[in-house]
Amino acid sequence: MTAPLRTLTAETDRPLLQVQGLTKSYGARIGCAHISFDLFPGEVMGIVGESGSGKSTLLSCLAGHMAPDTGRVIFDTGTGPVDTVTMAEAERRRMARTDWAFVHQNPRDGLRMGVSAGGNVGERLMAIGARHYGEIRATATDWLARVEIAADRIDDRPRAFSGGMQQRLQIARNLVTGPRLVFMDEPTGGLDVSVQARLLDLLRGLVREMGLSVIIVTHDLAVVRLLADRLMVMKGGHVVEQGLTDQVLDDPQHAYTQLLVSSVLQV
Amino acid sequence: MTAQDYNFAYLDEQTKRMIRRAILKGIAVPGYQVPFASREMPMPYGWGTGGVQVTAACLTPDDTLKVIDQGADDTTNAVSIRKFFQRTAGVAVTEATDQASIIQTRHRIPEAPLTEGQILVYQVPIPEPLRFLEPRETETRKMHELEEYGLMHVKLYEDIARHGTIATSYAYPVKVEGRYVMDPSPIPKFDNPKLSDSPAIQLFGAGREQRIYALPPYTQVVSLDFDDHPFVASKADHDCDLCGAGTSYLDEVITDDQGGRMFVCSDTDFCRARREAGHVGRLGTPAPSLEAAQ
Repeated sequence: MTAPLRTLTAETDRPLLQVQGLTKSYGARIGCAHISFDLFPGEVMGIVGESGSGKSTLLSCLAGHMAPDTGRVIFDTGTGPVDTVTMAEAERRRMARTDWAFVHQNPRDGLRMGVSAGGNVGERLMAIGARHYGEIRATATDWLARVEIAADRIDDRPRAFSGGMQQRLQIARNLVTGPRLVFMDEPTGGLDVSVQARLLDLLRGLVREMGLSVIIVTHDLAVVRLLADRLMVMKGGHVVEQGLTDQVLDDPQHAYTQLLVSSVLQV
Repeated sequence: MTAQDYNFAYLDEQTKRMIRRAILKGIAVPGYQVPFASREMPMPYGWGTGGVQVTAACLTPDDTLKVIDQGADDTTNAVSIRKFFQRTAGVAVTEATDQASIIQTRHRIPEAPLTEGQILVYQVPIPEPLRFLEPRETETRKMHELEEYGLMHVKLYEDIARHGTIATSYAYPVKVEGRYVMDPSPIPKFDNPKLSDSPAIQLFGAGREQRIYALPPYTQVVSLDFDDHPFVASKADHDCDLCGAGTSYLDEVITDDQGGRMFVCSDTDFCRARREAGHVGRLGTPAPSLEAAQ
């Protein structure tokens, strides 16, 4: 494995997230094994691999949805680095509402389908103590505009939205509290290609503008090519190759990465 | 021959003991929903099985019981529960709020101020205030545990977004002693201020959901709201048509199909006492003749 690489956007020396020897197994079956990497502020890290390669397990462990068997996930909070695996649950959940965000593949998992778009965006604000209706609504309106949803749709429920709009709404809902680290699980899965392209464009803009650090799990190499600075290729629960995105995609070393890159159809 | 020959107030002593332990725990942790092993009662769920069990566990032979349903002493639910305890416990019953030591209520708090030593027992259909927003019980428990109550404001936000004001008019969520968010049972929000700082013990029993929670005397209870949309304890903008009271909670009664309607106190005991004291409303007649008509 290569040593963690720095990107041009990373300004500080301290990594935002340090993952050390993370392992999660389901009984005798391996979910993911011995994963270690550093993520620096402002860096976008892609994790690619086929279904069952352990990338979603890894993401769940990182985001605290699942407890890893061994290993440490050290996040640089405002007060200093903290191991999120052993931290108190209350604190971890508070962090998940403020410093972290999680974008699900299916917007239904990440949105409250019975609550209006404005309420969906405002939920995280209210969860951290916003109690002024006018201000919550103004922030929600602003964020809907930033993800290209018309302001007059603010009182519509996500059910009335198209798939692409739902995904954009989910992104707005997650970014409204200004998180520093965003986990994305196949954010463009299930969208048609033209909508995918617009969503990627939007995401790229937001990531650069807000200086977000992102860990993005996907099987779509085009997504990582566009978004990710760095790439990790997983197979059978192990990382088989990692490096700069362009380097890995243009000059794949591992046999599986070569297979992966060559399976993409060139239109 | 009544049941009290072998037992008092329907439930067996072990069951009452179990319920009293839940009540004590509820009083020790105001607003916290204590699980209890709710018993099958001789009435359908939704008719006050939780309230009846709490009342049965609190009753002593010296108690005087009052039962109200939507404020009224003479509705089916109130009459049948009152009769139930007359038969199974043989306790004295009353309609006068100030003479009762235990008041079981559905959907109202009596207008007359409660006093120290009184117990108010609420019938609760759904004790979980977060239920309609978060269907998972595991998750709502976690939210109570970690004091994650942002979701409750999402409900109020939705109200304002859709109706312009907080349209929730009953079962209005409250925060108890700055800690637990609690469903005050479906009382009108007009009654919410009376929850706070009450000299009486307030017990909440949910039979189907198997939960008991409580407010000890003089507990601080705050209705949730937004800074720019404060809580308002609303009532119909009328006076009582029978007793003329301007400050009591009113029921609207349709009187014909020509649009005729009248507003009357929902608390029948309060209304009767006022009429007996000589107050007459817009459509009322002096008290003696009214009583005769009933």
